[in-house]
Amino acid sequence: MPTIFVYVDQFKGAALSASWETMGAAKKLAGEMGANVTALVFGHNVEGIAKESFAYGADSATLCDDPTLADFRAQPYAALLAKVCADGKPDVVLGPNTTRGRDLFGMAAALLGASAVADGIGLALKDGAVHVTRPAYAGKLLSTVVAKSRRPQMITLRPRAFPKPEAGAGASGSVTKVEPAMKEDDIATKVTGYSVEEGRVNLADARIIVSGGRGVGGPDGFAPVRELAATLGGAVGASRAAVDAGWIPYANQVGQTGRTVSPDLYVACGISGAIQHQAGMRTSKLIVAINKDAEAPIFKLARYGIVGDLFKILPALSAEFKKRLGK
Amino acid sequence: MHVVACIKQTPDTAAKVEVKDGHVTWGDAALVVNPWDEYAVEEALRLKEKHEGKATAICMGPESAKEALKTCLAMGCDEAILISDPALKGSDSTATATVLAAAIRKMGDVDIAVFGKQAIDGDTGFTAVAVAATLGWNALTFLSKIESLDPAGKTIVVERSLEEGKQLCSSKLPAAISVVKDINEPRYPSFMGIRKAAKANVPVWSAADIGVEASQVGAAGSAVTWPEIYPLPAREGSVEILEGSPEEIAAKLADGLIAEKVI
Ligand SMILES: Cc1cc2nc3c(=O)[nH]c(=O)nc-3n(C[C@H](O)[C@H](O)[C@H](O)COP(=O)(O)OP(=O)(O)OC[C@H]3O[C@@H](n4cnc5c(N)ncnc54)[C@H](O)[C@@H]3O)c2cc1C
Ligand SMILES: Nc1ncnc2c1ncn2[C@@H]1O[C@H](COP(=O)(O)O)[C@@H](O)[C@H]1O
Repeated sequence: MPTIFVYVDQFKGAALSASWETMGAAKKLAGEMGANVTALVFGHNVEGIAKESFAYGADSATLCDDPTLADFRAQPYAALLAKVCADGKPDVVLGPNTTRGRDLFGMAAALLGASAVADGIGLALKDGAVHVTRPAYAGKLLSTVVAKSRRPQMITLRPRAFPKPEAGAGASGSVTKVEPAMKEDDIATKVTGYSVEEGRVNLADARIIVSGGRGVGGPDGFAPVRELAATLGGAVGASRAAVDAGWIPYANQVGQTGRTVSPDLYVACGISGAIQHQAGMRTSKLIVAINKDAEAPIFKLARYGIVGDLFKILPALSAEFKKRLGK
Repeated sequence: MHVVACIKQTPDTAAKVEVKDGHVTWGDAALVVNPWDEYAVEEALRLKEKHEGKATAICMGPESAKEALKTCLAMGCDEAILISDPALKGSDSTATATVLAAAIRKMGDVDIAVFGKQAIDGDTGFTAVAVAATLGWNALTFLSKIESLDPAGKTIVVERSLEEGKQLCSSKLPAAISVVKDINEPRYPSFMGIRKAAKANVPVWSAADIGVEASQVGAAGSAVTWPEIYPLPAREGSVEILEGSPEEIAAKLADGLIAEKVI
């Protein structure tokens, strides 16, 4: 029976939502291929994630639980993934396109001589090969990529591009435990710590993003942007112009040289919609644009447009949504 | 210390990219150093300056990519090498990594190879780690800071920019690293640099020069093909402009977003 492996990306013992989206995409593909789906869970004290994977549709799980895997490090993780693939001979390996996913898949594919495709937003099975739809040229074009040779087909999927399945209750499966592929002494990199910036948000995971651009006029101009984001339970994004001006950290930048996001709702405030900004947000499901200039290119992408001063519009929006959402 | 910056030549980010007869075109827009790779070149220069080493820019690409390499020379790289051969055409990221790794191996004395986060045409972001895997090196990606580097002890301390925040790591050289935008501010080429670069001779290495077989690289050595490439479908429907007082607009928007189930 053909096999699909799903790499379950986790950070500090919590599986990412994008991992379960990937599981959902794998299940759909498995249905067409008549394949089994195995969750790959690597980390330390992550046995719970292996169990959780059954609720999202895994038929079985391969678990490597070891102190050397407590933090993601490319070398030991890739060596392990390569070994697990060499042993299990899967047809397809899927994982989320996070910083870890890219490192892992790029490195393991090179070790295995497998094929690698990054950032898929659509999967289709044709003649036994997976056809991956992915953005190229900074999201200006879409392409179909297919691995004509070399197996497994290792593919990372863009977070939020595939629906997350509902967790099913009571599902179970067998967990196979495996040993790590590298010893601590042979691993070049040591992780010494983390610093999480205050108020930092994971833009890639956000369902709603409210972004500010040069039009907010200064660091204080982000206050109404933040207020609307907080009201909607969303994250704050920014254009490069706002980041370059030093009004907000680079971590918040959306666009070609920032983060690529696909939220359900993207509200662009005082952003003109330059092609490089679009590159990072045009796959958002619904876009709202607020801009003084009715000719701003951002309106071409928007479902709803508001021509006006963001400092008048945003407070009214926050007030209205607070009312509607019972806050 | 020898630092190598791997750079790709790509169309300018403002180029209007189109598909004609199944091929990507960008009219007469300029070809530039992949914007992410400017940060790689800048970081290579800073390392070379700090540790009195040598910085070399390398690029796999057609003859025209010499221009991108000249930009690197103008910025301050000591040497630039183009790896070009008809056999390399159509390389995917694994084949590209094979080529770059072979070139780095040929140089023999490289301590650190610096990459951009991704190339803005393919947007793959696999090359740095694939080069590391091919060379048996260590990979450190998405660096937002090099805290310290000890060329004699062959150690490096870095800060990586992850989704969840910054990660601090210490590691060993040689390594392949990739950098993100907040690591530095790339310098502009100086007038002197531009003059020097204009006169510089950029050597070209062929597949045979770096010891790779034609079957390992190019379209023949690539696992993936791109059977289709097409413009993004236009976004459905046109924009609905909401009018009225801010309060009326807010009510209309709330109605719309609730009806479309996004909030
Ligand atoms: C290599 C390269 C990479 C780049 N990468 C990125 C990237 O990753 N992300 C990115 O965003 N950009 C990127 N850019 C920059 C991009 O080209 C634009 O310069 C940038 O996006 C502009 O930001 P902006 O829309 O905030 O500013 P502007 O284009 O100046 O637009 C400001 C808008 O605010 C409106 N406005 C002003 N005041 C108000 C008000 N009170 N109320 C309502 N509206 C108001 C104006 O009408 C205007 O439309 C990149 C550029 C290059 C060359
Ligand atoms: N043809 C090439 N020549 C030299 N370096 C390259 C080439 N292609 C990619 N790179 C490097 O690898 C990085 C990632 O590219 P990619 O994996 O194609 O997204 C780029 O930012 C460059 O630093």
